[in-house]
Amino acid sequence: MTEQEARAAVYAAIRQVAPDVDTDDLDEGARLRQDLELDSLDFLRLIETINEATGVDTPERDYATVTTVKALITYVAEHG
Amino acid sequence: MPALGADMEQGRVVEWLVKPGDYVHRGDMVAVVDTEKADIDVESFEEGVVAELLVEVGTIVPVGAPLARITQTPAAGAPVAPPPAPAAPVPAFAHGVPTPAFVSPPVRQLAHRLGVDTDVVRGTGKHGALTRADVEQAAAARSAADRPPDRPPAAEHTPAPKAAPPATGRVRSSPRARRVAEILGVDLTAVPGTGAEGAVTETDVRSFAAGPTVAEPVEKPVTAPVAPTARPAAAPTDAAARAAGLRRAIGSLMTRSKKTIPHYYLSTTLDLRAALAWMEHQNAARPVAQRLVPAALLLKASALAARDVPEVNGFFTEGSFRPSTAVHLGVAVALRQGGLVAPALHDADTLSLEALMERLRDLVSRARGGRLQRAEMADPTLTVTNLGDLGVESVFGVIYPPQVALVGFGRVREEPWARNGLLGVRPAITATLSADHRVSDGLRGGRFLARVDELLQKPEEL
Repeated sequence: MTEQEARAAVYAAIRQVAPDVDTDDLDEGARLRQDLELDSLDFLRLIETINEATGVDTPERDYATVTTVKALITYVAEHG
Repeated sequence: MPALGADMEQGRVVEWLVKPGDYVHRGDMVAVVDTEKADIDVESFEEGVVAELLVEVGTIVPVGAPLARITQTPAAGAPVAPPPAPAAPVPAFAHGVPTPAFVSPPVRQLAHRLGVDTDVVRGTGKHGALTRADVEQAAAARSAADRPPDRPPAAEHTPAPKAAPPATGRVRSSPRARRVAEILGVDLTAVPGTGAEGAVTETDVRSFAAGPTVAEPVEKPVTAPVAPTARPAAAPTDAAARAAGLRRAIGSLMTRSKKTIPHYYLSTTLDLRAALAWMEHQNAARPVAQRLVPAALLLKASALAARDVPEVNGFFTEGSFRPSTAVHLGVAVALRQGGLVAPALHDADTLSLEALMERLRDLVSRARGGRLQRAEMADPTLTVTNLGDLGVESVFGVIYPPQVALVGFGRVREEPWARNGLLGVRPAITATLSADHRVSDGLRGGRFLARVDELLQKPEEL
């Protein structure tokens, strides 16, 4: 999957889980937990939404690698 | 108007889910009530035919005020047909119509208690007998008349614009959008949202505020605003009042808690290695939608421990403690726009982890969406707060009256862990208990935390 496609999927998922986050001027270095204030349930829904849209499954052992928006986009691009 | 939590004094009916003539069973949802915390679905406590809705949509009434009249047997009052029954003709309290009606002793007692003169109330029961409903309604009508601020025409009409958004729409919006709205005095319900699922973004708020739509003219205040024109005047207060209302509700409840409950606090650090290893193993085999989070294990262990140590589970009311046989865990949910609610995960001790997880996800998403049910607000017997993801090691909570304890979990962290003379590194979490000294002592409270620890060492049995 191209990075552009991955970005679109990640942004769409973020908008769904945290409708208040404005993805138009999102800093991709933002940390999902601390900066976007997603809790563990939000995070689960985020990767679930991405999984439904792209088929990319993020197993739990990889959770630690996808802590920022940028890292998540890269992950989805590499695995999609 | 039921009390939807110990801190609630009044509520606004935002939607009727039934109409006169509808048959309702006990437990059927009949209305949506807006409290300072969320929109709550309220169920009927009676079975019968809805004879009359006593409160108009948009009206704020105090806890305890009757919302609707339900006729127990269709034959006695309203026919099942929609027309609002014989009783409906305006208030049952008609001046100078001395109809000496039959009044049963319990009804007379009620009338006496509510200060209602039974001679001037028209009975709607069999052969014109006075019913409890007649008396309650007369009392409600009178208190409404006595207290003009409750029902000035303006107050009745302002909700009209509010009714526009679909399904009582709590507006989806961001914390930032809310803050900006508050500062700019913009009513979020009036802002067309352009975000996901119609969410109102900061940009929407700003452009709405700047836009030519309503120029909020200075000359306005003088022209006593009636009905629709009242909207710009009412708007600025709405969003701000709501945020302030939630904060005030939390503040007054916590003040009451600290004033009346002699708290004591305990803390212990738990080894989570077994629990997390088991959970990760489970999750590896599960699709994303069925994966567990550590919070589910912590909640289940707390619920089981509460069953074993009943002194932390129940209500302290009227000077004595009533333990609860059921464990309804209040789950503290931080709202993205600030503030928190702690709705109940019913019978958490009896749920499998999968079921608990599913209910937890549903509960949290509805709490955040601002739509909960009455029982979820009123029932928690023990609250759990889990600040897990946000970085602190421990949280000592303030008990929600009339509950008698609150369990707190910090974040999961790696700790050096000494065991059998060897030092290792393990995932650990600090569990705390704030409990009520009128009900228990440190020994029993300590037993509760020790039990949580034991249960978490055998996650496969949770």
